Formats: sequence, structure tokens, C-alpha cells
Amino acid sequence: MTTAQEHGGDVRLTGISKTYGSFTAVHPLDLTVPQGSFFALLGASGCGKTTTLRMIAGLEEPSSGTVRLGEQDVTALPPYKRPVNTVFQSYALFPHLDIFENVAFGLRRRGIKSVKKQVGEMLDLVQLGEQARKKPHQLSGGQQQRVAVARALINHPKVLLLDEPLGALDLKLRRQMQLELKRIQTEVGITFVHVTHDQEEAMTMADTVAVMNGGRVEQQGAPADLYENPGTTFVANFLGTSNFIEAEVAEVSGEDVFLKAGGGKLTLPKARCTASVSAGGTVLVGVRPEKISLTHADDAGAIPDGRNRITGRIADSSFIGVSTQYVVDSPVCDAFEVYAQNIERDTRLAPGAEVVLHWNPAHTFGLDADQDVEAGVEKVEEDA
Amino acid sequence: MAVLSAFFRWLRRNLVVIAGLVTLAYLLLPNVVVTVFSFNKPKGRFNYSWQEFSLDAWKDPCGVADMCGSLSLSLQIAFWATLGATALGTMIAFALVRYRFRARGAVNSLIFLPMAMPEVVMAASLLTLFLNMGAQLGFWTVLIAHIMFCLSFVVTAVKARVMSMDPRLEQAAQDLYAGPVQTFLRVTLPIAAPGIAAGALLAFALSFDDFIITNFNAGSTVTFPMFVWGSAQRGTPVQINVIGTAMFLIAVLLVVAGMLVGMRRKKKSL
Repeated sequence: MTTAQEHGGDVRLTGISKTYGSFTAVHPLDLTVPQGSFFALLGASGCGKTTTLRMIAGLEEPSSGTVRLGEQDVTALPPYKRPVNTVFQSYALFPHLDIFENVAFGLRRRGIKSVKKQVGEMLDLVQLGEQARKKPHQLSGGQQQRVAVARALINHPKVLLLDEPLGALDLKLRRQMQLELKRIQTEVGITFVHVTHDQEEAMTMADTVAVMNGGRVEQQGAPADLYENPGTTFVANFLGTSNFIEAEVAEVSGEDVFLKAGGGKLTLPKARCTASVSAGGTVLVGVRPEKISLTHADDAGAIPDGRNRITGRIADSSFIGVSTQYVVDSPVCDAFEVYAQNIERDTRLAPGAEVVLHWNPAHTFGLDADQDVEAGVEKVEEDA
Repeated sequence: MAVLSAFFRWLRRNLVVIAGLVTLAYLLLPNVVVTVFSFNKPKGRFNYSWQEFSLDAWKDPCGVADMCGSLSLSLQIAFWATLGATALGTMIAFALVRYRFRARGAVNSLIFLPMAMPEVVMAASLLTLFLNMGAQLGFWTVLIAHIMFCLSFVVTAVKARVMSMDPRLEQAAQDLYAGPVQTFLRVTLPIAAPGIAAGALLAFALSFDDFIITNFNAGSTVTFPMFVWGSAQRGTPVQINVIGTAMFLIAVLLVVAGMLVGMRRKKKSL
């Protein structure tokens, strides 16, 4: 049984939206962030994720809808009256105050006189005890980031909002801080709402990820669930890589949907198809590159029955240590991507080789064919 | 030959320093003259040729009739003009940078017009304006005029600073429980302070030694620059140089003190 007590700290957005003149940054959306969870808002720049975050913080006034923290409606409250703190993108540390005073700022504003012990403990938590009397510009990017986290956390907010907090750090430091933030979140048990455009970051850290696109939440769920069962091509492409085949529905029988694509036949579990299917209709069949096995055409007979198969020719292969990534041209889809673990390498699998791609039908997902196959793909450039 | 080439090499290496020193000398020579002649004991009424060393003027800086009265008046006007122009100018600068409003571009350009207008023309026009309004010329007309022409300079100085300020700092302050007043006092003001201070210093200097506009609009009131100008017709008392040197020394002391404080702060934080 869930009681009001247990859900006392949920963040609940109801019908919240934001428009600037004729531009709609956030379409009316409902979102519940359970207390104590690590929640990520994931999307490309301009998708409305930061605006949503700023509406929770009170830095942006919603055009409609309400923001609730637990039982309290905070929609009309200014930011300085909300029990919420933010870690800003590029940190926004006060340049005229030293690290100690930066961290003590929130406590002092609430009229707490003896801050020394608390600030000292917080600085130790983020391993910056030695730097207390330095100015922000004297610290490295990673240290500044930790000051920003300490400055927010010391106030024990009900919710900590993080706006692309790791965006300015290099890759190695970012990995380190991801684990660090996750550790801190587990330790203090505060609800974290994290905005990022980095799908790996979101999946590494968050319990729940909401993928946003064009001011709307496209899909929400646990990272593994989103990855395995994307509901739209945008989600499928934004979270990792997906291959799509446009297929015709031949027959729907029991738990399975039987499809025709090119000359071949494919099977799709009905439970994994978000589109409504009926014989004669079309559906987008998706499969992740790492689920696919690659067999040379000469050994095609050795492939077990019951697997989905497609024939093609290797267009390109790149060896990247743990795996080899192949690009395969096939009649049903050009540039099929396949990631093969480098366990036993078949030297015949070189560009130009005729191959059979095959995978367990259970790893197939089906989407409504009436959408852009390329949606969400551009994220690759942004990752660099 | 070798000596000559060695000299040229030395010259080439130190050219920037030499050029810098020469420029500095050029800049400071007038101040040196003012200081040196404050120790002069002129024969006759004019302090234009060196006679002999004397501390007479320094011992009795107010020994000239009316001079210290005019100095005090000038300091008062400069103080109030600085206060008025800095307060107004700071608010205008924030408005221009932070808010989008109708005719913002026009206001932005209009603010600079007083700087471009020839001062003597503005002085005459101001007099016309005051006379037509039936205003009594004196302290208040001078103060109003000074605030007016100092404003442009304050706005320019503060605007440059506000433009480089990250508005997210104020959002961060609000996010950390600081209300509007606290945010302004604890974050906005301290960060904008260097720009505001620069504007205020500029306003003070401009107001204190303004002659043209003041002369047109002062009526029978006499400020320090007006006194110097007036006495120059009849003879220049050494005390004028004493006042000039003293002002220069105070300014130098303030700058040195500022630098020392800054250095100590830097050392402490390292």
C-alpha cells in the first residue's frame, strides 16, 4: 500500500507548459518524479528539458499547469521560497566570494549563524576542504563542479536539479563525476532531476529516464526498458543505434506477427510491437546492432531454424578492440549496422563478403511505419 | 664597432620599455611642474618663473582670500554630482543591458549625445534653458548641469561591467534563498562594484574640474576652477599649485592603497 507519507516528496508536474510568444518550448506535460529517485530528462538541445527543469526551480513561470512538491503546490512560489536547489550549467559560482562563502550562501540567507561546521563537512564530502579560501576562478573545472554540487546540497533540498552539470568537463572527468554524483545521491537520498543531452550519462546515472523531443516527453522508463523497447524511432535512435526494416504484415497469429520484407520472412513478438498490426499493413521492424549475428553465406546452412535472417554484403568493417562494427548492405535496408564481439573472428568477414544476418526474433521490436526513420539520429555529432 | 652593435642589440631588446617610460614622462611632466612650483617663492604676482625654494604656501594653503571657500564648494558639488550621476547612471545601465523595452536602441544612442556635443555649446544652451525657466543661477543649477553631463560617462562605465555579468549568478542567488533585495546586495552590487566605482571616480573628476559649463551657469557662485581662471588674470597664487599637488597626492595614495589591498587579498587566497 502506498500512503501519502511515502509519496510526500514526489515532484508532480500537471499539464505544465511554456510558450514564448508563438513558440512553444514545452507542450502541456504530466510528469511524476518519485521521491528519492534519480530522474533524467534526456533530449537534444532545444527539446524543452531545461525549460522544464527551470519551471521546477521557479526560474521560469509556466504558461499553464501546476508544479507540486509532495502535497505543496509551489507553482506561484518564487525560487527563493522553494525547497529546491539547482546545479547550474557552467556552475554560476559567485566570483566575488571564496569557496567557503559560496557553499555557505544558502545557509546564511536562511539566517543560520554558525555555518562553519556544516560547510566544513560538506567541503570534505566533495573533497575540497583544502580549497575553502580560494576563489572559484582558481579551481579547475572538476573542482568548480563539486563546489556547485556542495553549494546546492548543503541546504538539504527536497529536490536537487542538475542542468547539464557535466557538460563542461572532459570525457574522463565526466565518467568519474557520473559515478561520484550517483554515489552522493545514494548517500543523501535526495531526489535528483538531471537534464542532459548525453544518453550514456542518462542511462548510467538515472533510475528513470524521460526522453524529450520537440517539447514533449516521447517515452519514459527505466534505462534498460527504454533501450530494449523504444516506442518511437526517435527514442530508438537517440538511445544507441537501431536498424530499421520496413516490412509488410503477412499474418498475425497468436503471440507472433509474421512479416515479409524483400524476399525474406521475419517474425516479431506481438508484445513488442507498439503499432497496431493487421495483415496487409506495414510496420517498421527494429533491431539493435549488437543483437545480430553475422555468418558467412557459405555457412548459411548452420544457422538454426526459427531465427530472423536477412542476406547482404559487407560494405565496411571497423575493428575497435572489444568488438568489430560492420556495415552491411542488404536488399531490405542499406547500411545495416552490426556489432560483433571479438570472440572468434572469422577472417572471411571482410568488405565484399556475402553474409547472412540473423537474430533471435525476441530481440525484434515493431514500430508504427508512419514516422521518420532518421528521427533522433543527429545526436551523434553532439556527443563529440 | 662591437660596442655599437651591442648597444643596438640592447636598444632593440628594451625599446618597448624605453618607449613606455618616455610616454609616462610626457604624461606626468605637467604634474611635476605643478608640484615643483608649489614650492616656489615668486617675485611679484605671477608664479611663472622659478625663484627660490619655500614652504610658505604649504604652511598656509588657505592664505589666499576666497580660494578655500571655492575649493569647498567645488568638492561639495563634485560629491553630490557623483552621488546623483552614479545612482541614476547605474540604474540606466542595468535597464539598458537587462531589459528589453521599446526604443531601447534609441535610448542607448541618446545617452551618448551629451558626450559628443561641444561643451561650450551645451553650456550656452543650458544657460538659455535656465534663464527661460526663471531659475536662480548658483549651486543648484551647477549641480543639475554636472549630474547631466556626468551621467553619460557613468552609464558607459557601468554598462560595460553589467554586460559581462552572467545573469545566472542572480538566478543562483535566488535559487539559494536570497530574495530580490538580498540578491541585489549580496551578488549584483558586489560584482558590478568595480564598474560603478570607475563611473563614480570619473564623475567626480569631471565635475570637480569642469570650467566651461560651470562658468556659464554659476551666476555669482565661484567654484575652484573658476577661481583659478579668475585669479590668473590678476596673478597666480602659489596656493593653487599646493591644492593641485595635494589632490594629485591623494589620488596616488588611494591607488597605492587599493593595489596593496588587492595584493594582500590575492596572497591570502593563494
